[in-house]
Amino acid sequence: MNNKLNRRNFLKISALTGGGLVIGLPALNSCTNPKEAREAATSWTDVNAFLKIANNGEVTIKSPNPEIGQGVKTSMPMVVAEELDIPWEMVTVVQAPLDLENYKNQWAGGSQSIKRSWNVLRMAGATARFALISAAANMWSVPVSELVTEDGKVLHKASNQSAHYGELLEAAASVEAPEEVKLKDPKDFKLIGTDVKNVEMANILTGKPLFGLDYKVDGMLYARVIHPPAFGATLASVDDAAAKAMSGIAHVVKFGEKVAVVGKSSWEVIKAANALKVTWNNPPKPESTEGHVAEMRRLLGKKGEVRRKDGNPERAFRQADKVIEASYEAPFLPHNTLEPMNFFAHVTENSAKLVGPTQTPERAMRTAMSITGLKEDQVTVEMTRMGGGFGRRLYADFVTDAVEISHQLKLPIKVIYTREDDMTAGTYRPAFQYKFRAALDKDGQLTAYHQRGVSVNGGHVTRDLNIPSGAVGNVLLDSHVIKSEITTGAWRSPTHNFLGFAEQSFIDEVAHAAGKDPLQFRLDMLENAKNNPVGEVKYDPERCIGVLKLAAEKAAYGKAPAGVFQGVALYFSHSTYVAQVAELVMEEDKPKIKRIVTAVDCGIVVNPTGAINQVQGSILDGIGHTFFGALSFKGGKPEQNNFNQYRLIRIPEVPNVEVHFVKNTLDPTGLGEPALNPAPAAVGNALFAATGERWRVTPLGADKKPGVVELEGRVG
Amino acid sequence: MPTYSLTVNKRKMEVDVAEDTPLLWVLRDHLDLVGTKFGCGIAQCGACTVHLDGNPIRSCSVPVSAIGDKKVITIEGLSKDGKHPVQIAWEEIDVPQCGYCQAGQMMSAAALLKKKPNPTDADIDAAMGGNLCRCASYLRIRKAIHTAAKIQNS
Repeated sequence: MNNKLNRRNFLKISALTGGGLVIGLPALNSCTNPKEAREAATSWTDVNAFLKIANNGEVTIKSPNPEIGQGVKTSMPMVVAEELDIPWEMVTVVQAPLDLENYKNQWAGGSQSIKRSWNVLRMAGATARFALISAAANMWSVPVSELVTEDGKVLHKASNQSAHYGELLEAAASVEAPEEVKLKDPKDFKLIGTDVKNVEMANILTGKPLFGLDYKVDGMLYARVIHPPAFGATLASVDDAAAKAMSGIAHVVKFGEKVAVVGKSSWEVIKAANALKVTWNNPPKPESTEGHVAEMRRLLGKKGEVRRKDGNPERAFRQADKVIEASYEAPFLPHNTLEPMNFFAHVTENSAKLVGPTQTPERAMRTAMSITGLKEDQVTVEMTRMGGGFGRRLYADFVTDAVEISHQLKLPIKVIYTREDDMTAGTYRPAFQYKFRAALDKDGQLTAYHQRGVSVNGGHVTRDLNIPSGAVGNVLLDSHVIKSEITTGAWRSPTHNFLGFAEQSFIDEVAHAAGKDPLQFRLDMLENAKNNPVGEVKYDPERCIGVLKLAAEKAAYGKAPAGVFQGVALYFSHSTYVAQVAELVMEEDKPKIKRIVTAVDCGIVVNPTGAINQVQGSILDGIGHTFFGALSFKGGKPEQNNFNQYRLIRIPEVPNVEVHFVKNTLDPTGLGEPALNPAPAAVGNALFAATGERWRVTPLGADKKPGVVELEGRVG
Repeated sequence: MPTYSLTVNKRKMEVDVAEDTPLLWVLRDHLDLVGTKFGCGIAQCGACTVHLDGNPIRSCSVPVSAIGDKKVITIEGLSKDGKHPVQIAWEEIDVPQCGYCQAGQMMSAAALLKKKPNPTDADIDAAMGGNLCRCASYLRIRKAIHTAAKIQNS
């Protein structure tokens, strides 16, 4: 990890700024922790890009990255506060706007926020602390080495002097803040590793305006956009007479293949858009799920582009004592963030103000620049809290909508999607399939492994650094990509979200075929990867073994009472190691999941309460979509468009999820996604243990008799 | 455009809107009460749950013309000080992830606790099954409801 900081990011403390705290949108962006009684702040000093300190000692920490529910607006400021040595009660967190000069990696994706900014955040707090200590040393004419910080104060115990940070600001103004200072030893962390509740708690619990959909300004008009009903269709003509005659409707705007109705209120534009009479040119080659599935199955029988090859897999398969073969299939999935897509734009002749839920504010800015011709310094982007992201808000189609309309009308515009608009104009998790082969020798040793992938618009879906690559002498990975008009994109833990199910289910099949216990089979493979690694190995076999053993121990693996069936799975992604044991029971021939026991190694856990929430949520997300999730197509059109046709997991179906973290002091890694990946396989493997049937197609049971597998509820 | 007189969070309010305007959009666009959320528009996700004369309803699917003199309580009016037992419990358990569905979850939970001061897990399944949480914070929602019951009964 690069410790170097850009000097521009850490301005020398210069002068006290007069006036109060300036934040763009108090109602939207600020949140205040309960403060002990102290005099109100009357001036604030910008210490560096991440924090400012008030004359009363309070601290405002700017959280740079978008908050989509992954908890970074709480956890990133915690890291700054830790090194600054400021009690959390004295911290106010605000969301920083897009600021390319001062922040790097200001986006939310790939579970990267904490991992990439860990040292930068620490250094922001530590350099500020250094400046304050230096100021106190100058003031009291004592050596820096005799000073300590505690509770937002610098102390000189020998002379019994102390000053809170606010009292040191003026003296600190003449201190040159270095780019790098010594960071704390993790064993001295006071805040990191403790449970800090969601910084936005009070605002969430009382219904304050926080989200993109809540944002309004005077004179703002609402817009609903009608998009082509089928992927590949184009706009032919619009009869907008009826829509324009409806109450509250101000404009009808065309751009690209879309038509927007602009008016005074949400309901009026929702209704009027339904009254548009739009003629579409049908797609030249309307796509269907039936066609996709057949084409993927066909391609799985053909050699694809080689993505990894170790040893001589062809020979190893020829010489095998036993070959196991199986295919796995997954459908498209919409993201279904509960807050549908929406965005605000106000474009004028020489500026554009963008506000809303985006995981990629820089992309939003560039989108606006390319549509309007404005320059970088003419576009501002503010991020609201987001009602879920899951990858959907990495894209800028909804930003384009708002900017296009505002650019044409030069009015403040808020684009809103209905659920139907949102579900049918997605950037979906692509549909994909895998075919696996494994060769066993006469002792049941895995001698060769072949994985072939194919996706519809999903790129190459093999992952060359996944287990068991590295643990087997002969490996072949190859894949195909089918092009499609259907827009696809990153969906929580892209590719891994189904590859985890497919790979870890197949490994289970191989273990059973080899007559070995599925846990022991995995541990043996990892010993191979440790002792005789083959080709490039990115995962640490020891850490894999660590989480497997922890999950097994906590679940009492292998010691389940009669009637309780266990399945195990392991997955490494986003630099994080996760193992799970799922337990289920059969009631009236139907499976009920009892619990999922999870072990996670993500290095230092910054905020355990938030971390557990992420792990539980991602596991239930994975299980829910594995049982229920599927978006199908006919004639290029999605066949489901709302929750009456598209099932998501609900509270009655939720099993207990027990979360255990491996304790270490390694730098933290991602946590918003990785726990999702092994969960579906752990459940599928437990289902095999219970039913003797292998589950290879999602949604589970889609290839079997109706009612064979139903997720009906918890046990106990 | 007809004028409707509504009692929302114990205050009389007047709005001029079309009679088919869902209560949800009246609250959000016309009364600036944006704590009640839009999720699906067809009463399938529960994000828009409010109380109508104490009963939980999906405000996206109730037109303003059907409200009459019934009393509407939204998340903003659930308590004066943010200290309703479900609000205390939600904080104690640190329930929210993104937080978007939580107003609806809390309104459903508060209505449940009024009817059943000591809800069982089955009661919770029945009362909360209509509220989606896309972040799947369900385990904490269940725990928080049990906690809120204890707070309410103490």
